Amino acid sequence: MAVARSQPAPAPGKKPAMRGSTLFRARARWAWLMLSLPLLFFLVVRLLPTLYAMRMSFYDWKILAETHPWVGLANYVKLFKDPNFLQSLRNTFVYVLVGVPLQLALGLVVALAIQSVNRFQGLYRFLYFLPYVTSSIAVGWVWRWMLQEHGGLVNEVLHVFGIPAQKFLGSPTQAIYCIIMAIVWQGLGFSMVIFLAGLEAVPTSFYEAAALDGASAWARFRYITLPLINPTIVFSGIVGTIRYLQVFSEVYSMSSQGAGGPLGSTKTLVLFIYEEAFKSFKMGYASAATVVLFLIIMLLTLLQSRVITRRVEY
Amino acid sequence: MVQHVRVKRLGIALLLLVGSVLTIFPFLWMVSTSLKPAAEIYNLSLIPDAPTLANYGRLFKQAPYFQWFLNSFLVATGTTLSVAFLDSLVGYILAKVEFRGRNLVFFLILSSIMIPTEMLIIPWYVGSVKLGITDSYLGVAFPGLITAFGIFLMRQFMAGLPNDLLDAGRMDGLGEFGLFWRIALPNVRPALAALCIFTFLGNWNAFLWPVIVIDSPAMRTLPVGLALFSYDNFNQYELVMAGAAIAVIPVLIVFAIFQKQIIKGITLTGLK
Repeated sequence: MAVARSQPAPAPGKKPAMRGSTLFRARARWAWLMLSLPLLFFLVVRLLPTLYAMRMSFYDWKILAETHPWVGLANYVKLFKDPNFLQSLRNTFVYVLVGVPLQLALGLVVALAIQSVNRFQGLYRFLYFLPYVTSSIAVGWVWRWMLQEHGGLVNEVLHVFGIPAQKFLGSPTQAIYCIIMAIVWQGLGFSMVIFLAGLEAVPTSFYEAAALDGASAWARFRYITLPLINPTIVFSGIVGTIRYLQVFSEVYSMSSQGAGGPLGSTKTLVLFIYEEAFKSFKMGYASAATVVLFLIIMLLTLLQSRVITRRVEY
Repeated sequence: MVQHVRVKRLGIALLLLVGSVLTIFPFLWMVSTSLKPAAEIYNLSLIPDAPTLANYGRLFKQAPYFQWFLNSFLVATGTTLSVAFLDSLVGYILAKVEFRGRNLVFFLILSSIMIPTEMLIIPWYVGSVKLGITDSYLGVAFPGLITAFGIFLMRQFMAGLPNDLLDAGRMDGLGEFGLFWRIALPNVRPALAALCIFTFLGNWNAFLWPVIVIDSPAMRTLPVGLALFSYDNFNQYELVMAGAAIAVIPVLIVFAIFQKQIIKGITLTGLK
């Protein structure tokens, strides 16, 4: 964010547009004129809807109803007694706690491996990144097909090794991990690219010095690479957490009728919000759930901005 | 010693190779299934015995896939043009034009990044119903016409432009808009390209808001059409895979062409 203050100072002898000068005022007028539409957009499409959602969460707001009575905190009280909400909240934490570390670890391993080979680096980067650009709905169905209990490719392969057919997406205990695996598969390449950039910034002289001192590969990783890419790890962790808190389309395509089953075992917070608002049309109630999600994400974003403004120098 | 290092390198390269085959395998399987006649899909060979495009033909007959493709294309293109122009204009103003309140404007725009889409969809939907724009291109596209992220990105790059360049343009008689359009914009072309590709892909794959705001089958975008079509035909995987391939393959081609810009864009935006 240092860029905000990185305006080069005007060269001596040249006259910059001084505050109060005609040019300064003309340029400011032009700026406000050009900004008026975008600012209106941010006001109407982002800011007011946010406040409106907060307001709706205090009302019994159903889209077809004539009146929307004020209910105070009743929606929030109901939320934390609603087994459906609590289950989706718990599931969402499973997505975050299993998915984020897995994606980061695999992304880092692949980045380290790509950095250590000296041929086809670009090709590997391309292949691992590929899933990231594709539609999660489309690839969700591809995984669904491969994970099908009868005749699915994965079970057929397991069969060759003598392992009995698994239910996968049909099992209340396995389904969530199958979906996490698909999300990790899609997001791994993103983490890899971020880590590759982080690794590139580590000066090679550090490794050369360590090699002269006879440090092992593990010691070099543990005492040079890891501390120096720590900011990258924290950044990826927070971005990843926000992403996994918002899982929706993967569950929509990989659970039966997009309902977050079996038995609600894969339902996420966002799927809960979608169902309450657009299937049951309880918009006030769903808004209360979005406020909960908003608070969690805001906390993480603030944490992130503190972390990335405190970048290390080396 | 040298031998040892070489063996280790070879091992790593082998692991990378196996990993990348596993990574792209679902795409190969998708294409393979989509080319198999229904009777053959439980046959495990990757290369179909009797490859056929019949599934694609049936797909286009059973559902308006071409219309969905067109809808996705129009929404993604329109949004990308809007973002490319407005985000760079705002980014330029915030970086290069001095006026009172500039930091406040920037702060306001930036702070909207932490508002999750999920919180906005309910008010957006209520508002769209009131304005009668549900089930229209405008309804699908309006939330993405300007993005805080793009403004942030373009502002970073515009700030790096030398002021002398702009002063020279002013000497040549360019107006304020001319300075932006003729000088600033052409000089940040790589960043603009990255922004365009991201915006296009993001809108091409968008699902949550489109599935809410679209009612009629003819207005669906590809992911929405595909999701609903697949539920109706969930036991005909040769059809579903053909549908998935139509959504995925154009993106893979775009990515293959622009991969350098995309990866560079992620690196620049992800780390700054």
